[in-house]
Amino acid sequence: MRKIRVLVAKVGLDGHDRGAKVIARAFRDAGMEVVYTGIRQTPEQVVAAAIQEDVDVVGLSSLSGAHEHLFPRVAKLVKKQMGDKVLIVGGGIIPEEDIPALKEAGITAVFGPGTSLKEIIDFIKANVDVGQAD
Amino acid sequence: MLEQLLREFYQGSKLAAARIITMVENDTPAGREILRKLYPKGGRAYIVGMTGPAGSGKSTLTNSLVKLMRQQNYRVGVVAVDPTSPFTGGALLGDRVRMGDLALDPGVFIRSMGTRGDLGGLSWAARDALTVLDAFGCDYLIAETVGTGQSQVDVATVADTVIMVTVPGLGDDIQAAKAGIMEIGNIFVVNKADRGDADQVVRFLQATLELGSRDAGWQPPVIKTIAWQGTGVEEVLKAILAHRRFLEQAGLLAGLRQARMKEEVMRRVERMILDRLNNGIQTGAVLSRVYARELDPWTAAEKMLQSMLCSKQE
Repeated sequence: MRKIRVLVAKVGLDGHDRGAKVIARAFRDAGMEVVYTGIRQTPEQVVAAAIQEDVDVVGLSSLSGAHEHLFPRVAKLVKKQMGDKVLIVGGGIIPEEDIPALKEAGITAVFGPGTSLKEIIDFIKANVDVGQAD
Repeated sequence: MLEQLLREFYQGSKLAAARIITMVENDTPAGREILRKLYPKGGRAYIVGMTGPAGSGKSTLTNSLVKLMRQQNYRVGVVAVDPTSPFTGGALLGDRVRMGDLALDPGVFIRSMGTRGDLGGLSWAARDALTVLDAFGCDYLIAETVGTGQSQVDVATVADTVIMVTVPGLGDDIQAAKAGIMEIGNIFVVNKADRGDADQVVRFLQATLELGSRDAGWQPPVIKTIAWQGTGVEEVLKAILAHRRFLEQAGLLAGLRQARMKEEVMRRVERMILDRLNNGIQTGAVLSRVYARELDPWTAAEKMLQSMLCSKQE
């Protein structure tokens, strides 16, 4: 089976990367190839990296409250430049009431505090489109 | 569908290049077909290998170096390899963290790869990815290895110029004189030169390099850098260009590349034999005789090889 390639990124002026690193490590242990791009990335940088790395999943982390602006921007650029096949998920400190709008914008799932790593990994494995053997 | 992808690739689509690298990396039939088409278009890019211990600053140096190359309008491709877990098959590819400055540059393409079982410091796919980026029109390619120890010297079978990055505090002049990775550098960089006794490391390296190096007529320079600041990186680029000029003027580059191509073919022969061995022949019966200590490993290996050579491939 083709390996799942995931980009884990922190967008915006938010240096709280502990969660993103825990997630990246968990994806690694789940057998995925995880490209970690570090903190303070612009949506444009994230999407440029996602393209060059040809990832199947983009995982965004935000704890700064700017998710309403940054996540939809990434989703829009990913869909425009890479098509609909790429799965986009988010996590961090995201109020319940913001989730419907994020989903509307193309973030397939949002994982808040307390979500188990297994739940996130299972969701990705169930929803990712790694395509044919090409 | 392949034609469409190739058309986009030749028009300069990074997404097309990225998808082709994925196909090549997964070693699909389509990937092999594309390599057949792209290989004749390659051979134009100059390949720089970047190797050295984990944490020595290879990615940071690459970031600074690519920025300088871009000032001279070169198109640059980077293939950065990090280790794949032998236990889970997963990998944390973190080289991009140091290269955020380059993500949006239209003249730069960066691809991270896992070793996927290859123990030589690169990966199978890294070689093929370089072929793809060569055909993509890059002027310079940088192949960054995993953090290397003493004997992961595969980068020398890929690169025209090998940069060996080290840092202060890793050992004395005996370490510098050891065989293996210390022999493959055409340029030596002592990074993090603001830490520890960098001058002593330079002296250790120079002392051993003065006793002779791989290319007769080329004295590998030892350059101090502080990569995150860009200090000394200009000198590294100058040294790359000087080494290239040396290889070209001495008429060595073509021969060097041919030797590498031969190596590339022979490795594939080896791998195909191994694949056939692993898939084709019955190892079980022979192995159980080894488990019972009736056969020694050498005799068992000979038996397996015999039965493979006698069997026809489907």
